[in-house]
Amino acid sequence: MNAACPACVGAAEIARDSAARGAAPEALTLHLPDIHCAACIASVEAALGAWPGVTGARVNLSRRQVAIEGADLAPEPLIAALAAAGHRAQMLDPARLAGQDPVMRDLIMRTGVAGFAMMNVMLLSVAVWSGAAEVTAQLFHLVSAAIALPAVAFAGRPFFAAALSALRGGRLGMDVPISLAILLAALVSLVGALQGADRHSWFDAALALTFFLLIGRTLDHAGRAAARSAAAELAALSVPQAVRLTETGPEVVRAEDLRPGDRIALRPGDRLPADGIVTEGQSDLDRSALTGESAPFAVGPGAAVSAGEVALSGALTLRVVRAGRDTALARLAELVATAESQRTRFAGIADRAARAYAPLVHLLSLAAFIAWWALTGDGWRAVDVAIAVLVITCPCALGLAVPAVSVVATGRLFRKGLLVKSATALERLAGVDMVVFDKTGTLTTGAARLRGNPSDAELALAAGLAATSNHPYSRALVAAAEARGLTPHPVTEACEIPGRGIEARHGGRLVRLGRPAWIGAEGEGVALDPGEGAPLLFTFEEDPRPEAGATVRALQARGFEAALLSGDTEGPCRRLADTLGIARAESGMTPEGKADWIAARGAEGRRVLMIGDGLNDTGALARAHASVAPGSGLDAARNAADVVLLSGRLDLIPELLAISRAGLGRMRQNVWLSAAYNIVAVPVALAGLATPFLAALAMSVSSVSVSLNALRRM
Amino acid sequence: MNVLVVLIPVSVGLGLLGLGGFLWTLRAAQYEDAEGDRHRILDPRWDEAPKG
Repeated sequence: MNAACPACVGAAEIARDSAARGAAPEALTLHLPDIHCAACIASVEAALGAWPGVTGARVNLSRRQVAIEGADLAPEPLIAALAAAGHRAQMLDPARLAGQDPVMRDLIMRTGVAGFAMMNVMLLSVAVWSGAAEVTAQLFHLVSAAIALPAVAFAGRPFFAAALSALRGGRLGMDVPISLAILLAALVSLVGALQGADRHSWFDAALALTFFLLIGRTLDHAGRAAARSAAAELAALSVPQAVRLTETGPEVVRAEDLRPGDRIALRPGDRLPADGIVTEGQSDLDRSALTGESAPFAVGPGAAVSAGEVALSGALTLRVVRAGRDTALARLAELVATAESQRTRFAGIADRAARAYAPLVHLLSLAAFIAWWALTGDGWRAVDVAIAVLVITCPCALGLAVPAVSVVATGRLFRKGLLVKSATALERLAGVDMVVFDKTGTLTTGAARLRGNPSDAELALAAGLAATSNHPYSRALVAAAEARGLTPHPVTEACEIPGRGIEARHGGRLVRLGRPAWIGAEGEGVALDPGEGAPLLFTFEEDPRPEAGATVRALQARGFEAALLSGDTEGPCRRLADTLGIARAESGMTPEGKADWIAARGAEGRRVLMIGDGLNDTGALARAHASVAPGSGLDAARNAADVVLLSGRLDLIPELLAISRAGLGRMRQNVWLSAAYNIVAVPVALAGLATPFLAALAMSVSSVSVSLNALRRM
Repeated sequence: MNVLVVLIPVSVGLGLLGLGGFLWTLRAAQYEDAEGDRHRILDPRWDEAPKG
């Protein structure tokens, strides 16, 4: 663990804080990103179990977490102990992970209850279907009622609640016909059983409906819960903290606890936790997350800086001007919120099918009831037919058709390192016809690379100076010298002047490397003063990711248009676009500009997939038809995106689009498949020929075939 | 048909037994970490002296 990192120091302090508050037995959850097998589980549990004070440790492999119980637990020695055993561990902010499990458990419980009740009632029904009559049949119906009514009341609750809220909102969702069918079938069968009349009993149908639909709900929830908890984990890992300078000395606080007027200290490498004014120190700032501009920006006392920027070369002291919700960064988040509210209007294929379906089902069964009553004058017979229509047309397979495919497809993507966060993301991804990339950090690695061809002697001297600094340009110079197999020239008395450059002695001469204006040169990049003769200018460009070119070509080959949106200046954008073969490149875009550009394409009828990692992309990510953020991106970008690319490998994008299209195709197939069952079964039900036996058969066969179709290789 | 008086309670009782078993597995958190449990079965640590 690097003790110089303020985030680590902060995590320890805050954890100690909570340790002081909580008394004796306590629990701690650590995130273990790399565990994957039985040996990992055993070694993690053994390493933690051997620690004094730990009474129990249990690994959850599905969530890559370990829950530790014991007294006097501090996370940092435990993390160190795990590191010694070869496991990377990270502290999790429990507040952001809380409250996910109960829903899943509840759904499994209801599914189980519905399943057991269905099996028992089905057994009794088989006896009736195979010839039990009169008193025996009535007895069986009464026993069925005793099992079915409480089971339906308990297991059907999620549907009844959803149907009620849909009705209150004046809508007819899929839950209304479901609830109506379940309730009517159960109640009419109860009346029949009590009267002892020789009528159909629909208890098994009511329970089978509940059971199959609950499986669909559970699948739907399981898929999304996995993605949600992984996304929450990413967010919980990056708790922003700050070192506040007080009269009693520095203290670590959460970024949201900062107040205007506070003084905070920043070390090189720190991300700024609040907007402020520099009071002491000089440094280069990396603003790429906010503006997309790759070139570092020098600041000194009096300069205004924003949250989200990173101090590169020197230590700074800031006076906080705006903190928490008021920062420029948080205002960007508002841009996201408004764009997201527009996206929630997208209706998935299941919703669209249900919207057309629900009124049709109600009208059909009402028509059946009226027609049968008018023709036969037998009210109970008419009710029976109406229920048969409701039960048979109930979107049982439809409730499974979409979630089953969705679970299979997102599971496959998850194994490839793609985290699908939103429920309708797959369907939206399938509709995409244009892919828009951000430049810095998305198409490029974000690291600088030396351009041009300086002589060996010059490069070796520059690398000798640069070796003492951590500035991105310095690292690029050292890397360039290494690539040529040069030994950097040794320098002595090297001294980094923050915000300017490096000064040192080489062979008795004073040599300098740094900002062109400081050296006396003109232009962008870094200048070298070799101590004699004219200064020399080095310029840099960003390295495209190795797989970027292949990704863009693969996308274009499949008919997607590619475009580049960047906050950077014209030159580097054009160069990168030409290298990668992207025709459409826009430079100098503000965050709002990006979002507007995307919205304009949307107005033209294009469906845009936005891929970006920075804060300046969040508006565009949220506004686009679908969006992807690399896992290395800022959490604001990851939150706004539909899909998080955990591995950061761009070449998964064509595959993501292909799987989404295949998934949508399979969903459509499933919807048609379940519709086909109805087309066959509805006339039978309307003709009054549907028995509970036929209904049970149709329901089971259609549900099973839809599930199997979803599992078929995509 | 008198046999039904015995058999129906027996069948319902067996059903309830199954339901009880299912609820117990749910209480015992057996569905929390399906992936982990799949790997744990290969873990030799408690083979000699089973845990509690």
